[in-house]
Amino acid sequence: MSRFRVGDKVRVREDWPEQRGPVHIRTPHYLRGRAGEIAALLGVFPNPEDLAFDRPAPRLPLYHVRFRPEALWPEPVSGETLLVEIFEPWLTPL
Amino acid sequence: MAHAPLSAADRKLLETTPPEALFAALKRVLFAKGLVAPEEIPAQIAQTERASPLIGAQIVARAWTDPAYRALLLAEPARAVEAFGVSLTGAPPLGVLENRPGQHHLIVCTLCSCYPRAVLGYPPFWYKSAAYRARAVRDPRGLLAEWGTVLPAGTEITVVDSTADYRWMVLPMRPSGTEGWDEARLSALVRVSDLIGMTVPEAPA
Repeated sequence: MSRFRVGDKVRVREDWPEQRGPVHIRTPHYLRGRAGEIAALLGVFPNPEDLAFDRPAPRLPLYHVRFRPEALWPEPVSGETLLVEIFEPWLTPL
Repeated sequence: MAHAPLSAADRKLLETTPPEALFAALKRVLFAKGLVAPEEIPAQIAQTERASPLIGAQIVARAWTDPAYRALLLAEPARAVEAFGVSLTGAPPLGVLENRPGQHHLIVCTLCSCYPRAVLGYPPFWYKSAAYRARAVRDPRGLLAEWGTVLPAGTEITVVDSTADYRWMVLPMRPSGTEGWDEARLSALVRVSDLIGMTVPEAPA
């Protein structure tokens, strides 16, 4: 079961597991702590953070999340948006 | 088993061993553990080398000329590409992003170099560069302008950062001035940069 629906406002967790030890993370640094909106549920996929270390990898919902540039950059240009694949545990409701 | 940090001695060994010897040692371990069969490696290399932007161009040309194929390509890309001998079995799922009047797409992988290799082959060198990856998400319009790609006023650019399990390709818009062209002639217009969204196909003046 997926937690979010298309159109839900979400925030990417402001978390830096890189500082706590070896990790493999598919959530880019520039999105940590940023707000966006669920654009689509792409499916469920094994958690890459476990796969990379050969641990049992639970299948997690993967969303396409839409971000407005003004939520990301100090000099946003109008008429652009960003779509990024983000796994559910990285998202919190807004 | 989790990765243990490399010791200084192991790191030195890794850096001074010829790549061919490392590859041979890696293959021995993979075969011994039964993770890969010996014949799978040349088969995978052959499949990757067979794929090229020419296949992507043929897919686009058919989508431009056959509305039913276009609908299939957008709804079920994996089934649609089978028409050109591409099997996505065991490969990451493919997503096709449709450019429309007022809506352009640009694909990047800021984390590494995720790319729809099964359909388009190896990525162009610039796709993997740090400059492309950084600028595509921050200043896509400026980046496109440097390549001479100026979109009509009011066009929204959606940058797709390919961070996880999907691989993406762009379905560009058919250029004006190509009315009545057949698939072969159309596919010759489509470049790899059109399939990533850095450029848009144009009919010769």
